[in-house]
Amino acid sequence: MENYLIAMAVSGCIYALMALGLNVIWGFAGMVNLGLIGFFAVGAYGTALTTLKLGFPMAAGMLTGTVLAAAAGAGVAMITARLRGDYLAIVTLGLAETIRVISSNTIWLTNGTDGLSNIAGPLRGQISPTQFNMLYLAFVATIVAVAYVLAERLRAAPFGRVLRAIRDDEQVAAVAGKDVMAFKIRAFAISAGAIGLAGALYAHYTSYIAPDLFVPLFTLYIKLALLAGGLGNNRGAVIGAFLIVFFLESTRFVIPLVPMISAVQGAALREILIAALLIVLLRYNPQGLVPERLPRLPVADAAPGKPQTI
Amino acid sequence: MPPFVAEVAQLVLNGIMAGTILAVPAIGLTAIYAVLRFPNFALASHATVGAFAGYVANVQFGLPIVPSVMCAFLAAGLAGVVSDEYVLKPFRAAGFITTAIASIALTIGIENLIRFGFGNELRGYDLPLMRDWRFWGLRVGPQQVQNLGIAAVAMALLFAFLAFTRTGKAMRAVADNPMLAAIKGINADVVARLVSFVGMGLAGLGGMLIGLDTTIDPLTGFRAILNVFAAAVVGGLGSIPGAVIGALTVGIGEELCLLFLSPDYRSAVGFTAILLVLTLRPRGILGARAY
Repeated sequence: MENYLIAMAVSGCIYALMALGLNVIWGFAGMVNLGLIGFFAVGAYGTALTTLKLGFPMAAGMLTGTVLAAAAGAGVAMITARLRGDYLAIVTLGLAETIRVISSNTIWLTNGTDGLSNIAGPLRGQISPTQFNMLYLAFVATIVAVAYVLAERLRAAPFGRVLRAIRDDEQVAAVAGKDVMAFKIRAFAISAGAIGLAGALYAHYTSYIAPDLFVPLFTLYIKLALLAGGLGNNRGAVIGAFLIVFFLESTRFVIPLVPMISAVQGAALREILIAALLIVLLRYNPQGLVPERLPRLPVADAAPGKPQTI
Repeated sequence: MPPFVAEVAQLVLNGIMAGTILAVPAIGLTAIYAVLRFPNFALASHATVGAFAGYVANVQFGLPIVPSVMCAFLAAGLAGVVSDEYVLKPFRAAGFITTAIASIALTIGIENLIRFGFGNELRGYDLPLMRDWRFWGLRVGPQQVQNLGIAAVAMALLFAFLAFTRTGKAMRAVADNPMLAAIKGINADVVARLVSFVGMGLAGLGGMLIGLDTTIDPLTGFRAILNVFAAAVVGGLGSIPGAVIGALTVGIGEELCLLFLSPDYRSAVGFTAILLVLTLRPRGILGARAY
């Protein structure tokens, strides 16, 4: 039981990291990513292959996974930066599907649909499973804390301000002398990197990855987490991630209680619930639990009649 | 014919047949995009709805293929009107990103409704077994030719509808300039419902045609969606003749890639085509509205 709870807490942290990453583009910059799971897969496969096939230590693997995901993010943002946002939606979705196809079929490298197993975890095997779970929870919680602080800094920094300006009106941002394309590409790379790191953390935690883990439904989970918590708000992203893990796990216990349905129907019912919840939240409560608060800019009260000096 | 030429000719022939079928849902997608201005990812599940409606008509009610295909069109079209009216329409005011995300959630929801009803197993249509036709060293299945014919007729009807009827002209007017169309008294809501019906109907028809070639399951539409988008983007999002050209390009390209690529990777071809076109010519072959 305690192992289960710790495992859920680790999932919550991994989801939180992804929600923080997604927030940078969706919440701050108003960009879309429908293939989040593709970047997650890049991070997971990046670290798994670096540690398993090349024999590098875990830290190097995670760094490789993160950098690869960030590079993929920069790539798709670069290709679509000049175009309307719908093209980014199409390309990100396509990337995720293509990564799934490649990882399912490049058997010599990724072992195909059988997946890669025996991915190392810190001190796994040397300590008891419970100790390992605790250690890993501490590890991911630290990473989420660091990511949260960084994301908060980013939000308050001029960089975050420009992203919000781009979200609200791209042309105005451009007129104010901001290189909109460069900002979008950087934001997307940061976001994809965070999601890739989450994938790497996942791979080292479960020690096993396979293409059919990386399904589009997963992308919905993270969107749902961010929407539930509050779009544009980092605290909301973390809270939402834990809420969604709690919700997903509780459906696991509740659905089997529904009478007269088979296992497949139960699984389908769960996905219907998730899709419906996302649509309802998106429509009726886009602010989430913790609405975005814009930092106040210090503006001196202009005395009437006097020319204002800035 | 020398063997290599025959092989290439066979691949091109297969590509034309696959491309013509792909053109049907691609036209649906691009028509919806032209009028409603967002990429409707719910097309995937509507293709599946069509495939299963056709399956029910064909296998459970024993109808022949052509009436079953019409059932597929009607069922998917009606599902399209209902889902657009009650789910997607309220999102359009919030911008296309929100609408696109809602359409992804919608597609996963509908796909699972089908899974709830039909389960995950693969199903096949009730088709007569026929020997392939052979000519000039090429091979073609009679069923494929029938699919090609159905797709061609559906497209011809659509072109005639858009070119000659008042409603078709109204649809083109809204796609071209919604404000001007509104001034002329065209009811945008009616046109939106109509384009959802026709577009999703075509998606359903396409889903069934894809299923006639292989088997169907709740993921039939989702597996095809990347190629449908590739066809629409290559031809130019929003252009209907473009969707046809794009679909043929993707269909033939996918087959020709088999010359030097394992068939496992063929679904990556569509994505590569999207990347190439967006890098070199983002408006697509015939489109005008990328920026």
